[in-house]
Amino acid sequence: MEEENSLSFEEAMLQLEKIVEKLEQGDVPLEKAISYYQDGMKLSKLCGDKLTNVQEQMTKIMNEQGQFETFEVQEEE
Amino acid sequence: MEGKYLTVTALTKYIKRKLSADPHLKNIWLKGEISNFKHHSRGHMYLTIKDDRARIQAVMFAGNNRRLKFRPENGMNVLIHGDIGVFEQFGQYQLYIQQMEPDGIGSLYLAFEQLKEKLHKQGYFNEDYKKSLPKFPENIGVITSPTGAAVRDIITTIKRRYPIVQTTIIPVLVQGENAPGSIADAISRANEETNCDVLIVGRGGGSIEELWGFNEEAVANAIFHSHIPVISAVGHETDITISDFVADVRAPTPTGAAEIAVPSQLDLADKINGMRRSLTRVITDQLTASKQNLNRMKQSYAFRYPEQLITQKEQELDKYMERLGKAYQLEWKRKYESLTHLNSRLVALHPRQQIERTDKELKQLTKQMTYLMTSHLEQHSDRLQKALEKLSLLNPLETMKRGYAITYSATGDLIKSVKSVSEAEQISVKLADGTLNCHILDIKEESNGRGE
Repeated sequence: MEEENSLSFEEAMLQLEKIVEKLEQGDVPLEKAISYYQDGMKLSKLCGDKLTNVQEQMTKIMNEQGQFETFEVQEEE
Repeated sequence: MEGKYLTVTALTKYIKRKLSADPHLKNIWLKGEISNFKHHSRGHMYLTIKDDRARIQAVMFAGNNRRLKFRPENGMNVLIHGDIGVFEQFGQYQLYIQQMEPDGIGSLYLAFEQLKEKLHKQGYFNEDYKKSLPKFPENIGVITSPTGAAVRDIITTIKRRYPIVQTTIIPVLVQGENAPGSIADAISRANEETNCDVLIVGRGGGSIEELWGFNEEAVANAIFHSHIPVISAVGHETDITISDFVADVRAPTPTGAAEIAVPSQLDLADKINGMRRSLTRVITDQLTASKQNLNRMKQSYAFRYPEQLITQKEQELDKYMERLGKAYQLEWKRKYESLTHLNSRLVALHPRQQIERTDKELKQLTKQMTYLMTSHLEQHSDRLQKALEKLSLLNPLETMKRGYAITYSATGDLIKSVKSVSEAEQISVKLADGTLNCHILDIKEESNGRGE
């Protein structure tokens, strides 16, 4: 579980799902299972953090020169 | 001559086959005016399509006319898609209508249907080309008008469900003459100039003319050739455009597109929590099971009564030793018997008799030989005796005892003639009891040879 911060959300979710799947299959030796469990808990925390604590992304709009500017939704009058 | 006449059925079937084999009589796009319209109670529609100079019988079966968006009436101008076929029973060719639209907006409809069929043939709608959407997109490109309900619906939905995603608007004209070019261009730019991993292409609801840009081939091409997966979101759920067919996923509305594009944060959080619970449950179960296992082993017979293990093994050992002894005995006995048997056979084969017989023969032969030898010796002994006697009789010494003498020369030779000696020669005369050494005084030869 090194470099876990560099994992993308998708990669982390995928790893987490795989770990849960492996553990649920049930034929993992205990020591390995505990290590999986610890990894899994770290990953789930990582995913949860990524999901809730990350700053909301600004919406951008591409102008005709191909540059990006911030975009605000215009409320209808 | 009889054989030259066709039956009506055969002729009709032939005509039918001719007509149905002609590709120009299939997939016909026809326009004309409805007359003699009759909607049969069983659901089929029978009508005549005519223009100024001609007419054709037509039928639209219930399965097809159920989808009609208008009610056909006499005098109405319509656009029709269908095939020509023969109704054998009445001997008439007729038009089998698959689709029918009122003329007017019908020209757009016609264009739509024709482009749809063309692109379909080119494989644009083929499921094999549909790209799958990323599960957790990172940057969503929204190709639509920057003003209006559609962009607002999309952005608010994305922010509500999945605020961590980057959203990039690529503004386009969504209606009017320049809309198709603008939309197609934006799709290409998104592919070349952004790192979007999914595109939403669409607009809010409107009339068919307003939505028309999304029915143009340029837009269809751009969507088909986009490397980024495209979700189409045009108008309302009932509005279906060519873009919807070409896109990797069709969304019923712009809001729907946003829902398809991103997962829900809440659902994800639930899922993550669910997985956390699963992890904990699984590990707890496994630990409990392992502990129980351990306890069971501690409680096991072997751990509680270890000495039993030894005594049991000793018993087993005794059993084995016993079996070994028995087996050894048995084997020894078997071998011994085998040896005895062989021995007796050997004894039976001993050459004693032969030896005895040969011995007997030998003795016999020896006896015989001894006897023969003895008798032979005896025989020869007799002969020797006789010979000796004879010899004795012949012994000159005996003769000499009667007065005879033997004369030898000085050299020891026996003198048998006077001629072999000379006077004065010394000779020796052997008598029975000794020798006389003499000198010859005189030699007198006698003619008769007698020594008187």
